[in-house]
Amino acid sequence: MTTTVAETDAAAGTGTAATRVIGVAALVVVAFVAVSALLLTPADAVQGDSVRIMYVHVPTAWVAYLAFVVTAVTSGISVARRHRTLGFDRVAGASAEVGVLFMAMTLVTGSLWGRLTWGTFWQWDPRLTTTLFLFVTYVGYLAVRNIDTDPQRRARRSAVLALLAVLEIPLVHFSVVLWRSLHQEASVLNLDGDVRLDDLMLFTLFAGVVGFTLVYAWLVMHRQRLAALGDAQGTVGLDAAIAARRAEASSVPTGVAARTKGA
Amino acid sequence: MRQALAVARKDLLIEWRSRLLLVRVAPFALLVLVLFAVALDSEPLILRAAAGLVWLAMLFASLLVVQRSYAVETDDAAIDVLLTGAGEPGRVFLGKLLAAFVQLLVLAALLVVGAVVLYGAAVSGSRVVLLVTTMVTASLGLSGIGTLYGAAVANMTGKDSLLPLLAMPAAAPLLIAASRATEAAFGSQTIDTTAGWTWVALLAVFAVVFVSAGAAAFGTLVEADS
Repeated sequence: MTTTVAETDAAAGTGTAATRVIGVAALVVVAFVAVSALLLTPADAVQGDSVRIMYVHVPTAWVAYLAFVVTAVTSGISVARRHRTLGFDRVAGASAEVGVLFMAMTLVTGSLWGRLTWGTFWQWDPRLTTTLFLFVTYVGYLAVRNIDTDPQRRARRSAVLALLAVLEIPLVHFSVVLWRSLHQEASVLNLDGDVRLDDLMLFTLFAGVVGFTLVYAWLVMHRQRLAALGDAQGTVGLDAAIAARRAEASSVPTGVAARTKGA
Repeated sequence: MRQALAVARKDLLIEWRSRLLLVRVAPFALLVLVLFAVALDSEPLILRAAAGLVWLAMLFASLLVVQRSYAVETDDAAIDVLLTGAGEPGRVFLGKLLAAFVQLLVLAALLVVGAVVLYGAAVSGSRVVLLVTTMVTASLGLSGIGTLYGAAVANMTGKDSLLPLLAMPAAAPLLIAASRATEAAFGSQTIDTTAGWTWVALLAVFAVVFVSAGAAAFGTLVEADS
């Protein structure tokens, strides 16, 4: 079989000079954050060591929201360009995937911190509730993307869903805020992250945001190239299947004859 | 508009002749109310939760209505003919939405009666107006979401499990608002009627957003492969 474009690309992998630089930078920054967060920064006067969760929690939340903004923007561009090329659609999908992953981490680290600080894993606070609904919404978006269909059709459908998700966010947030404010139950102890940050803590947090953003960029670049290869492979597979059927067609008369004989 | 009414009439006629709403969806929704009562097993608790349970049952039932609404279209690719005939996809959307809305309104009425009979919820005086307005606006919003996401998953493999995953988070604000407004209409101690009307306003915004978004996006979602 002849070597196709997709195969040569696949042999080259999904890395480029840019992704390698970003990858190394991400590793260095994240390594610094890990050391600084666990060893160098002081424990909080009120929260003790549990404050260290913040160095992961805040950057993951930032990346998740950034990812969903990128998904919305690229989906919008894709619609505006009438999906002439699928590049923006693939970036939207890759970004949503990474966003869901990071939002899951935000929710997990957040509830671990909540257990230590509030005494409960979960609290129906507006911000938490909105985040949870947002998470489920993008899980649904990914489920639709993962359905095996023509890439063009997938691009059209998922762009609409991504833009609808953007439409939902303010509605969900507003209704949840209104819901909590109209309920006159005393909320559990409101220690909402009132931490006094010294310079090193602030710097570590900032480095965390930078490091996780680099990780995000690295993942999205690789993921969208992988998606491009996947789409290309679909086309190659289809071409191969058509070629095979054509070859079969030329040998049909003998095949039919053999079968009729057998029966 | 004439085309939209024709589509709605067609959907309701199919519904009327098969009577699926009355023989399957409505009994299912009422069964959900009964099962909630059994699961919660406490009369004061059920009375407090009545409004929320009515709308949760509505949410489940609306998925069935929407699935049914698209099953008749995707079989034999009937929707392509419908789209060609209507000229503008938005009209088909509005027609299907209208049919779903009528069915959901009937269901909402049944479920409210169910809550009164089974849960001991009570409505009187000016609260009836609040309740009816809530039922109308919430059913409209719910049929908007359902018809929109139903179109998004129609023709997909595994659409039966995708529809709840997509539609339910989108319906969350509606569930909150409709439950609170109904709670106010049922005479709750924590929510007065003024707050109830605030929730109805949110429901109206919600309905407007989803009806217009659906009319705009429907064409893209159901467009045949080219």
